[in-house]
Amino acid sequence: MSAPTFLRRPNRVLSVYAILFLVALYFPILLIPLFSFNDSIYVRFPLEGFTTEWFGQLWDRQPVWDSLWASVKVGLPVSILSTTLGVLAARSITRDRVPGRSAVVTFIMLPLVIPTLIFGVALLALLSRLGVPLSLYTVAFGHLIVCLPFSVATLLPRFEGFDRSLEQASADLGENGWWTFWRVTFPLVMPGIVASLLLTFTISFDEFIMAFFLSGNETTLPIYLWTQLRFPQQFPSVLALASLLILFSLPLILIGMWISRLGLHENTTKGAKT
Amino acid sequence: MNGNDAYISIRNVSKFFGTFQAIDDVSLDIAGGEFFSLLGASGSGKTTLLSMLAGFEPATQGDIFIDGQSMDSVPPNHRPVNTVFQNYAIFPHLNVRDNIAYGLRKAQLPRAKRYEMVDEMLELIKLPGYGTRKAHELSGGQRQRIALARALILRPKVLLLDEPLGALDKQLREQMQLELRLLQRKVGITFVFVTHDQEEALALSDRIAVMQGGRVLQVDTPAGLYESPNSRAVASFIGNMNFFPGKLRRNGTAGAVVETEGLGSLRLPQAPNGQPDGARVQVALRPEKFDLSVTKPDDRPSVEGRLANAAYMGERSHFYIAIDGREEPVAVSAQNRLRFGAPPGSEGKLWLSWSADAVVVLDAE
Ligand SMILES: Nc1ncnc2c1ncn2[C@@H]1O[C@H](COP(=O)(O)OP(=O)(O)O)[C@@H](O)[C@H]1O
Ligand SMILES: [Mg+2]
Repeated sequence: MSAPTFLRRPNRVLSVYAILFLVALYFPILLIPLFSFNDSIYVRFPLEGFTTEWFGQLWDRQPVWDSLWASVKVGLPVSILSTTLGVLAARSITRDRVPGRSAVVTFIMLPLVIPTLIFGVALLALLSRLGVPLSLYTVAFGHLIVCLPFSVATLLPRFEGFDRSLEQASADLGENGWWTFWRVTFPLVMPGIVASLLLTFTISFDEFIMAFFLSGNETTLPIYLWTQLRFPQQFPSVLALASLLILFSLPLILIGMWISRLGLHENTTKGAKT
Repeated sequence: MNGNDAYISIRNVSKFFGTFQAIDDVSLDIAGGEFFSLLGASGSGKTTLLSMLAGFEPATQGDIFIDGQSMDSVPPNHRPVNTVFQNYAIFPHLNVRDNIAYGLRKAQLPRAKRYEMVDEMLELIKLPGYGTRKAHELSGGQRQRIALARALILRPKVLLLDEPLGALDKQLREQMQLELRLLQRKVGITFVFVTHDQEEALALSDRIAVMQGGRVLQVDTPAGLYESPNSRAVASFIGNMNFFPGKLRRNGTAGAVVETEGLGSLRLPQAPNGQPDGARVQVALRPEKFDLSVTKPDDRPSVEGRLANAAYMGERSHFYIAIDGREEPVAVSAQNRLRFGAPPGSEGKLWLSWSADAVVVLDAE
């Protein structure tokens, strides 16, 4: 295992490429926290001094708290609903012999590849046509569409790796349906559920386009952030807010992805060592 | 066996999946403490029959009784049976101890008592000290034993085993066969054992039901099946068999004779039941019932033949003997008792002989 085989031989060109790629990808993001502590309203080098003033400004501003609260009010129900629907979808896709199974999966996954802009415009047109007033509810509805594919994608491998005979074995050993769910099904799909909750909450929390089209009077945090971009003197506090969003979202996503892989390899009874 | 001391009684059970009939009017009686095997090729309905015993699938028609009780409306979790699944179904999120103790929840035992019982089981399956291992750290053979322990700890009246040794390599399988048989004697539980491996069934079972296409062809002891198969299907599924078409001639009380193509006129020690005089039958003779010699034996029936082919198998050799009146050579199996024994009659002609009581008479197809 340790000796590099032909296929596993380290490839220097590929490594350099990977590093360059990652730097290009994340460098701009790293600038955000950097400048949010810079004692100047201009984003430029050289840095002028360390300050926490911009964070302090945020703290005192009521609209920040209002939009934060709005984001939470949208994100929590969206993540719960999306995960619940995802569980139901993943379960029926893997258990019941759905005709045209792969077509169903494709259909559920479609919002991943259709630009959110199109969805946003279409929904806005539909809602105004129906006379539905824009509010946080309509934002949540939009977010549900965006989040559902992520829920299903996180949960499907869980249910796919789930061996039907485990539930039969539980019944065979004397447990009824409820205890079987509690002792076997739930623990085995639990990591997927937690991961889906974390991912979808973060996605909803950071989502801009749907919120932009579908917001009413109350706006979510990303929209608030965007409105502040118009005022140059606000820019450092926008950076501070963005830093906080990164600080908050990144761990959530990473934890979610880590949990979603947890125990997946143990879950396949057929792949047992012999 | 009469129906009264049957511990498991399967009465005219049929099973349909949609319009497909997986089980066709099966009736079986299995005695308490018996090691009973269901033997059949893949797709013959063994798993389906087993899952009706376990309660995962309802029977479309017929009844199943266990210990005199109809299982008709009894769900799996209330049946006095436990199953060792084809893929073992070890719970991946639990360690070995919690897997084995899974069914003990309802007994509400104190933890120390539970662990003690698990340790006893681990002792029994020869995996002491494995309690805290994770499921994915186990080999196939170990999983199989843990599945066994998980079922046995509940002291079921019946243990159902669905090809439990199928996933193991040959050597481990033979070792586990022996252990399984010893274990069954030790715990005295009725085993219903599914396999497609005829050697395994012969080696382990008290009795075997041979299945094909959802039907039971014959139920008998291993020796009964091997020596007295009731049909060509059973005869050729278990071991090898030579078939010789022929015609039955009854001589009143004096017995019967079969005029065969190839072996000539065979005098039967006992007239078979059933077939009338003149009926078309086939005579079946196992390869190892033949003897080969260079000179014609005078105390047993024989025909002259030629060695057409031979295969050396180590402990024994297979010879294929061409005889007159028959296209296909006769398969003969002989033990290699001599270290440097040349194949008999490899120089040319030889004599093929058999004992009269080895002859099995079957209906023609
Ligand atoms: N749930 C099911 N739905 C439809 N057909 C099934 C189902 N289970 C088994 N069968 C069919 O019933 C037959 C017997 O299957 P099975 O009992 O698994 O055979 P075995 O265990 O002897 O290999 C097979 O032809 C199989 O395709
Ligand atoms: Mg099977």
